Amino acid sequence: MINAKSVTLFIVLFGFWLLMSGYYTPLILSLGVISCILCVYLTIKGKFLDNETLPIYFFPRLIQYTLWLIKEILKSNIQTAKVIIMKSEEPELFSVKASQKTNEGKVTYANSITLTPGTVTTQIKNDIFEVHALTKDFGDDVRSSDMDKMVTWLEKSK
Amino acid sequence: MLDVSIEIISIISFILGAFFILTGSIGLIRLPDVFSRIHAAGMIDTAGASFIILGMILQSGFSLITAKLVFIGIFIFFTSPITGHVTANLARKKGVIPVGKTKGKTL
Amino acid sequence: MFLAVLIALGISFLLILVRLIIGKTTFDRILAANSIGTIIVLAISVHGFYMGRPEFIDISIVYALINFIGTVAVLKLFDKGTLGDK
Repeated sequence: MINAKSVTLFIVLFGFWLLMSGYYTPLILSLGVISCILCVYLTIKGKFLDNETLPIYFFPRLIQYTLWLIKEILKSNIQTAKVIIMKSEEPELFSVKASQKTNEGKVTYANSITLTPGTVTTQIKNDIFEVHALTKDFGDDVRSSDMDKMVTWLEKSK
Repeated sequence: MLDVSIEIISIISFILGAFFILTGSIGLIRLPDVFSRIHAAGMIDTAGASFIILGMILQSGFSLITAKLVFIGIFIFFTSPITGHVTANLARKKGVIPVGKTKGKTL
Repeated sequence: MFLAVLIALGISFLLILVRLIIGKTTFDRILAANSIGTIIVLAISVHGFYMGRPEFIDISIVYALINFIGTVAVLKLFDKGTLGDK
């Protein structure tokens, strides 16, 4: 019952409580601890606490992945701004294959594609993603599967 | 010295944020169909919001306000792809035909 | 400086409002409404700094939560016709 996942969930919930409360007296803090423990208990009781809710095995490589993703997002933001100003869009729709095994890996990959402006995941069926790209360059970025390799690397950080 | 440089960085960050938000809203008007417009909306949600929040973080100094601003940034960062994907997915399901060419087999 | 950011946010609000009104499809309107929500979240916090009362951040956190839930709920209602009742 007390394992890495439930402790992480408790820390996240209590951190949110501290952020929102702003009053740090013993009474309020103990009420916060009690309500966070109740929430964690209900989550375990309802069997919601699995790898999909809280993929903690991502965490060791998550910082490096986030920095890489922010760099990609900045690059594609500048390109999208250029496309909008120059009015040079030529949208295209295509399918790519995802090499992730688990659901949380696929969700991370699809969300990373959508988070970089210029590419949007429109439909997902098993491991085929349908992607809409604003220009051919953005499409080539997705088809070259750099991001796919990066997410697979993140997924295998066990 | 440090104060002045922080001030300058925050002004630059505000200018960049305003630029990305204005470009994104022009893109929302200018681009041809709903799938292309999602890219412009994504630009407002990622670059625009992040730069303006970064500018406010630099202005606020270090307090509880900073932590709340970081939380807003992370929240917008996580929810933006979800709304974008849901909108695109539903538009595909309801049969909105995308402008432009379709390559290979699509779902 | 904060006033300049507020003016830029106001201009983009008006530009997105044009898309919300001319629309064409429902998805354009929903997308525009979601973007207006993001801009309002930013504008509330910038306005708090402008007035010298950064406690306005709490309101913009609540607005961000409602904006996300509202958009997804409208899309779900549009897709399924119900919000989960039989």
